[in-house]
Amino acid sequence: MFEAIAFYLFAILTISMFSIAVLTSQALYALTALAAGMIFISAFFFILGADFLGAVQIIVYTGAVLALYAFGMMFFDTTRDVVEKRTSPMLVFGMGGMAALLIVLIFAAPIVSDNITALYPVQEGVGNAQAVGMVLFTKYLVPFEVAAVMLLVAMIGGIILAGKKMDTSLTLLDEDKSPLSVETNEKAAS
Amino acid sequence: MEIGLSHYLVLSTILFAIGLIGVMRRKNLLLLFFATEILLNSVNVAFAAISHYHGDLTGQMFAFFVIAIAASEVAVGLGLLIVWYKRTGKIDLDMMTTMRG
Amino acid sequence: METYLYIALFAPLVGSLFAGLFGARPKTIIAGLVPTGLLFASLVSSTILLTHVLAGNTVHVELMTWMETGDLYIPFGFVVDQVSVTMMMVVTIVSTVVHVYSIGYMDHDKGFNRFFSYLSAFVFSMMVLVMSDNFAGLFIGWEGVGLCSWLLIGFWYHKESATWAANEAFIMNRIADLGMLIGIFLIYWNTGSLQYDQVFAAVAGLEISTVVWIGIFLFIGAMGKSAQFPLHTWLADAMEGPTPVSALIHAATMVTAGVYLVVRANPIYDIIPEVGTVIASLGAFVAMFAASMALVNRDMKRIIAYSTLSQLGYMFVAAGLGAYWVALFHLMAHAFFKALLFLGAGNVMHAMSDELDPFKMGGLSKKMKGTFIMMTVASVALAGIYPLAGFFSKDMILEVAFVEHHYILYTVLLLTAGLTAFYSFRLIALIFHGEERYKLFGFDPHEAYKYMLWFMAPLAVLAVIAGMMFKGTYYDMVTQLLPAGEYHVHSAFTYWVMTIGTQIFVGLAIVYAYRKYENAKIDKKVESGFFYQLLFNQYYIPQFYEEFFVKPYRDLSMIFWKHIDLKVVDATVDMIGNTFYKTGKETHVMQNGNLSTMLRWMVAGLVFLLVSAIVFAKANDIFAYMVTIVPGLGA
Repeated sequence: MFEAIAFYLFAILTISMFSIAVLTSQALYALTALAAGMIFISAFFFILGADFLGAVQIIVYTGAVLALYAFGMMFFDTTRDVVEKRTSPMLVFGMGGMAALLIVLIFAAPIVSDNITALYPVQEGVGNAQAVGMVLFTKYLVPFEVAAVMLLVAMIGGIILAGKKMDTSLTLLDEDKSPLSVETNEKAAS
Repeated sequence: MEIGLSHYLVLSTILFAIGLIGVMRRKNLLLLFFATEILLNSVNVAFAAISHYHGDLTGQMFAFFVIAIAASEVAVGLGLLIVWYKRTGKIDLDMMTTMRG
Repeated sequence: METYLYIALFAPLVGSLFAGLFGARPKTIIAGLVPTGLLFASLVSSTILLTHVLAGNTVHVELMTWMETGDLYIPFGFVVDQVSVTMMMVVTIVSTVVHVYSIGYMDHDKGFNRFFSYLSAFVFSMMVLVMSDNFAGLFIGWEGVGLCSWLLIGFWYHKESATWAANEAFIMNRIADLGMLIGIFLIYWNTGSLQYDQVFAAVAGLEISTVVWIGIFLFIGAMGKSAQFPLHTWLADAMEGPTPVSALIHAATMVTAGVYLVVRANPIYDIIPEVGTVIASLGAFVAMFAASMALVNRDMKRIIAYSTLSQLGYMFVAAGLGAYWVALFHLMAHAFFKALLFLGAGNVMHAMSDELDPFKMGGLSKKMKGTFIMMTVASVALAGIYPLAGFFSKDMILEVAFVEHHYILYTVLLLTAGLTAFYSFRLIALIFHGEERYKLFGFDPHEAYKYMLWFMAPLAVLAVIAGMMFKGTYYDMVTQLLPAGEYHVHSAFTYWVMTIGTQIFVGLAIVYAYRKYENAKIDKKVESGFFYQLLFNQYYIPQFYEEFFVKPYRDLSMIFWKHIDLKVVDATVDMIGNTFYKTGKETHVMQNGNLSTMLRWMVAGLVFLLVSAIVFAKANDIFAYMVTIVPGLGA
């Protein structure tokens, strides 16, 4: 009973938060709603007994990713809102709804879910974090290391991409020498 | 009332649909990234739920890797976004028409 | 002996290839001399082989394996036996003469080198045809001579009529070759072999109906090559080719291939005398039919062509009645005098600047003495006057018909003999006697080169003596392979009456022809008569073919072109192309470079894939369900 209440509560919260994140025109609202939604998602993980995953969700997403987005938003001039031309909202919602309906159909119809067998069953009497650690560092060691390298590469890539010409301040440049000016862009493009 | 796997899957689907709507709707690149985060999260919910109801840790493992990939994507994506912004001063999706066929 | 066999066979091929090297160059005399020399080598080898065969031996070689798959084994095997050596002699003698003659005849032609290449290639094909020891090899030669015939009839390809005639000959032969091919298939199907000796050994054990079909289909092939009714029209039109070609291919050798086939397949035809009777009847009909058309024609070469047709009819009568050696003998004798006749006609044509109407000639005997003598000899031989070759071979066929109690055939052939004499001497009278009408048309006739006449002389000699001298030897030799049969009329009185009667009849026909045509009077009343018109228009058969085969076929082709080809085939191909083009044109809007649009398309694709996943999963379920319930229905 408690589980059901918790599920429906968090489900409503998550859906509404994400809807705000998608539908609002204010970037700041969207970011805040997204952060809240992420935290609510982690609640599901806790309900499902995946404690470690829930912790990671909070730390990585809400802590790291959203902090990155927040810094990104500071970098861009988000107060100058992008004018979003609303072209055929019916199509957008129609296709989104259609996709959702189809996926539900696929899951509801006994096409996929019947054929799943447990490869690495949960061991009794072992905490979730411990169990995850045992599987992650035995069966999934190589993917784990690859993921680690990938993160490293992404980090370096992000730094290099964002850090180019960091020493020259865009705001202090003359108008015509600025990389933002139209001519320079055209030269760069050609 | 017992909460089963299909509840979670339906929830996951709804979240995924919201993400899709965001992907189609957003013209601001940064907000488009938000939508992709929603997509990834909805899938994570499904993974965790399946993992739980089948008593198998593989789902959780996949969720971890999805998170790792999401983090990398954000790092690289934001970097590219910054470069783009430096070049054009805009992050409007409609401006990106260099791939015209 | 094998070496001689290979020389006889391959020397013409080498000659052809040699002349072919010069094909595109202007006239080179060496391109004519070398093939001629090589052909002479072939003649010498054939003669040596002849002496070898006369001594009672045969040569049988297997050059190499041609096809070997499963039970099918076809070697490139060649055999020199009594029948093939006869053919080889005929082919090599006539073609050597024709080659030498052609050096003179084609003197001023631009295609001199090409001509010799084709001519030698023809001789090679003919040698393959007669020397092969199996039906497959025979068929190769058969097609080879067909091809060379096409090339040579259409030699002057810039002439519309020549190309038309070449195509007509080729297509008519294709129709017949289909029959022959079916015959060969039947043989292989029923006997499991194509080697002559094995087939003939096995054919006796087959059902009689099967053998009848084999005989009929093989004869259809023979009908095409030997231009028997109703596939005869091509032979007269084939006279569009150069005259030496007519002499070699369309008189002496290729057209007799059909007779050779029947003679070669004699064990098959021996089993089925009914088919033989049909062949003989058709032969007699063609003999009469063609001779009648020759009576009124105004084209020198066509007259001789119809004469050839008529003589082929004689040969088929003999072959059909089982007198194979007689057929082969007439084939040989006919080859000599008919080639001579054609070469003489070639001389006349040359002298008259390619004029073919004998009514425009006359009195040429003074200017062209050598040609006159030779053509007269040939005509006398053709008419069958004692003691020339035609008497021994042609009258023998009459005797065969009489002895075999086919009196109707005998009567027809006897009448035809009269017609033959008449049209032959009509031609001679018109060309060489009477007033010199050519002067009216401004021709200046001149005799051919001396060496051409000298090389025609052997043919003239053979036309005179072939019957007298060779008959006994030939009979002894050939009957070792072919069924022997002396065809003697039982009572001596009947024999003498027949022989002398025939001679007198023929003689009268000759005299009548001279009387009537010496002055080339044209009887208007006769010419406007129904029979004259019927004969002059070749029984309206070409018109009939034109009207009932060519035109409907053309119309049908037009219909197919307009309605099937353009509207179905082309339209389908165009549609495929247009579909891709239009799809590209319509969908390139998708590629407008806008990322947002692309994302939408991505989602649309996702929806599509999900729909397909469900549809296919459902279809799979339904299929599985059907599989479970369907067996219940059947039982």
